[in-house]
Amino acid sequence: MLCVAALLGFLVWGLVKKGESSLALGEPVPVATLPTLPEGGEGSIADYKGQWVLLNVWASWCVPCKEESPALDRFERKHGDQIAVVGLDTKDLNEDALAFLREHDIRYPQLRDASGDYTDQKLKTTGVPESFLIDPRGNLVAHFPGPFKDEAAIEEFARPALKQQASISESGNGSGAGGQKSGAPQ
Amino acid sequence: MKRLAVLIMLLCALAGPALALADNPPVRANLPDLEDEVMCPVCGTLLGLSHSPAAERERVFIRKLIAEGKTDDQIKDALVAEYGGQVLALPENRGIDVWAYAVPVIGLVLGTLGVIWAIVAWRRRRPDSDAPPEDGPTGEETERLDRDMARFDL
Repeated sequence: MLCVAALLGFLVWGLVKKGESSLALGEPVPVATLPTLPEGGEGSIADYKGQWVLLNVWASWCVPCKEESPALDRFERKHGDQIAVVGLDTKDLNEDALAFLREHDIRYPQLRDASGDYTDQKLKTTGVPESFLIDPRGNLVAHFPGPFKDEAAIEEFARPALKQQASISESGNGSGAGGQKSGAPQ
Repeated sequence: MKRLAVLIMLLCALAGPALALADNPPVRANLPDLEDEVMCPVCGTLLGLSHSPAAERERVFIRKLIAEGKTDDQIKDALVAEYGGQVLALPENRGIDVWAYAVPVIGLVLGTLGVIWAIVAWRRRRPDSDAPPEDGPTGEETERLDRDMARFDL
């Protein structure tokens, strides 16, 4: 009887844990130190504290990731001085991921979560691609599961960041958060 | 002397196949076997059960390593380097993973000892069947037995 109760308890606990399907808006985004892509370094979302970050989770085998890639790249070239676009390659072969970056001429910084532990358990992603908008304090502002259909959709997603950066520029205070180029984490 | 010669010949006959086996190179890795021993990185199933794009890329990677002449273990190591330890369907036989194999064995041994202890304890408590019962029937029971016996025409 005790065993059955324990099994049921584990089952309920598992279901409850599974129910926590996504990060809550306004909450800090979990950070982890991950290898960079290409190999040779380490990085973390925490490196971008003080900047707006658009974190895009992708994989080379993911067809929608390929489709959204050009728009994301254009967005980064246009708004990279306001928002740090960071790619996070997950559950992917290193060679495939590098070929993907070359093929799409992606220049923005990349992290690699080969096992998928960080994306699955910390970011609670349900698939790829998924994007997260993170404010300069490291809190989640917006989350978009799925591919962006075009650059306008990314701009809409990143509106809170773009709006704040525009107001900072208008007030002539260029020293506000996100004033750095995305390729250079703090 | 004759016995010694026979013994040496017997030993040589037994050792021959074993030495031949030891000289053989490891069995060449093959995809169907490996598909049953590694996981698809995104599906949570064995690679052999998945045809997702990620699984197909993993197969291509394995085929390439097989073509390079890598052994099963080398291919598994390469997969772990790419995807992490979760890619292995079975825990590794080293480090903390050894507990995955040790715990069932320890459980079996403890369970067997428990059963033996229970049997011994039960046998000690069991009364000797040949010994007369400690308490005979009470007077009331004896009277009732006599009455019942009297009713039968024996």
